[in-house]
Amino acid sequence: MQSTTEQYSFNFLTEIPEIVGGSSDELKLKLGEFAGPLDLLLYLIKQEQANIFDIPIAKITNSYLVYIRLMKSLDIAVAADFIVMAATLIEIKSKMLLPRDPAAASDAEEFEDPRKELVDQLLEYEKFKSAAQMLYERSTVEQAVFKRGAIESDDNNAEISATVFDLLTVFQKIVLRHKEEVSLEIEREEISLADMIKALRKRIFAELELNLLTFFEDFHTRRELVTAFIAVLEIVRTEEVKLVQKATFGDIFLKKVGVGSN
Amino acid sequence: MSEIETEEISTEQPDEPASEAPARSAALVMAIAEAIIFVSDEPITSKILGEIIGEDKQTVQAAIEELQKEYEERSGGLQIREIAGGWQLATRTEYHEEVRKFLKTRPSAKLSLAALETLSVIAYKQPVTVPEILEIRGVQSASAIKTLLEKRLIVTKGHKETVGRPMQYGTSKDFLIQFGLNDLSDLPSIEDFEDLSITALDQQQ
Repeated sequence: MQSTTEQYSFNFLTEIPEIVGGSSDELKLKLGEFAGPLDLLLYLIKQEQANIFDIPIAKITNSYLVYIRLMKSLDIAVAADFIVMAATLIEIKSKMLLPRDPAAASDAEEFEDPRKELVDQLLEYEKFKSAAQMLYERSTVEQAVFKRGAIESDDNNAEISATVFDLLTVFQKIVLRHKEEVSLEIEREEISLADMIKALRKRIFAELELNLLTFFEDFHTRRELVTAFIAVLEIVRTEEVKLVQKATFGDIFLKKVGVGSN
Repeated sequence: MSEIETEEISTEQPDEPASEAPARSAALVMAIAEAIIFVSDEPITSKILGEIIGEDKQTVQAAIEELQKEYEERSGGLQIREIAGGWQLATRTEYHEEVRKFLKTRPSAKLSLAALETLSVIAYKQPVTVPEILEIRGVQSASAIKTLLEKRLIVTKGHKETVGRPMQYGTSKDFLIQFGLNDLSDLPSIEDFEDLSITALDQQQ
């Protein structure tokens, strides 16, 4: 009994992680698959080909701790829940190592297996793990089925769906595009915000619909772009102009209200 | 809408009054239902179809079931499915490769294992709280729940009247749609999985 205790005792500070089978890359991949401590535990039990109702707790605790150590050495953040499970396993192990009360030992039915709670938890978890597998399969099948897209109707036209964030995204795209080009800025006549708004209004009213990307492309310096961007915000706020996005992640258009789909 | 009905009926059988028309309008109900299911971008219920066509729900239900049979027998590229309590026209799974080639799409991002597990717990235990999910999964599910909420697969179902009044979660209509379910009873019973896992264990030993 004493030697068993020695064999499986763990010193958290000095224990060196063991690489269990294969290269560390392979393990890293495997470790990423565990959805939680129960998942890892189930895996270890199956790997040991152990009976879930009679878990060789010392052996499993040992491999569990090796895995956690390995995760740490591979810089995978070990969730607190994994540590909690490690503590639970060690607690169960120590309970099992304690000699049973000789008086109680004769009455086998009275003896509560310290593993029972964990086994129940594992069995319950396993059901939901299988259910998750079933959901995965269902969604895979479902992705092979295609439905009709939305037909243009008053309910689903995409007006208003462009938010300030969508605008900023477009703006960022433009700025990025110009970042490399503009290496030298030559002093030039700056266009004022008022002029910019005037120009923009003229264009929208002339073209009825104006792609934001096209509009921004006319400008080359960062300053001009910022002025143009503010002009867009301003014109949408104050005038009869709407921002319209025809498809999710699609281009954004400036549109005069009361023209087009209505 | 009732205009269409009377008009059509009167052209077909001008002698009979419209009220005694269930048998002869069955084909017509089927046709209109098919047209509406085609244009609808989400599953449409027999009830709404009935309101539009001007027939009772049972008549519409029977007509669509007949329509569904026709599609089955034709073995074409389309199918009529009962999803999330409504009817939906969709392509058959067999042709997904070609359809995908045409649409130039790839299967959308899969849910992580953690998110799928969390979703399965919520689907079977709903309404369920975060601590209850933790108890089953043995791991915090906060980020998985966030993902599921963002993907609109789950919805909040009010607070549980217990200490701390934790928020409860349940699955959404989008969940049914994305997993091809008509309603939650379409899910296999959770006890079936128990049998499965025990059998698997027996085989292992």
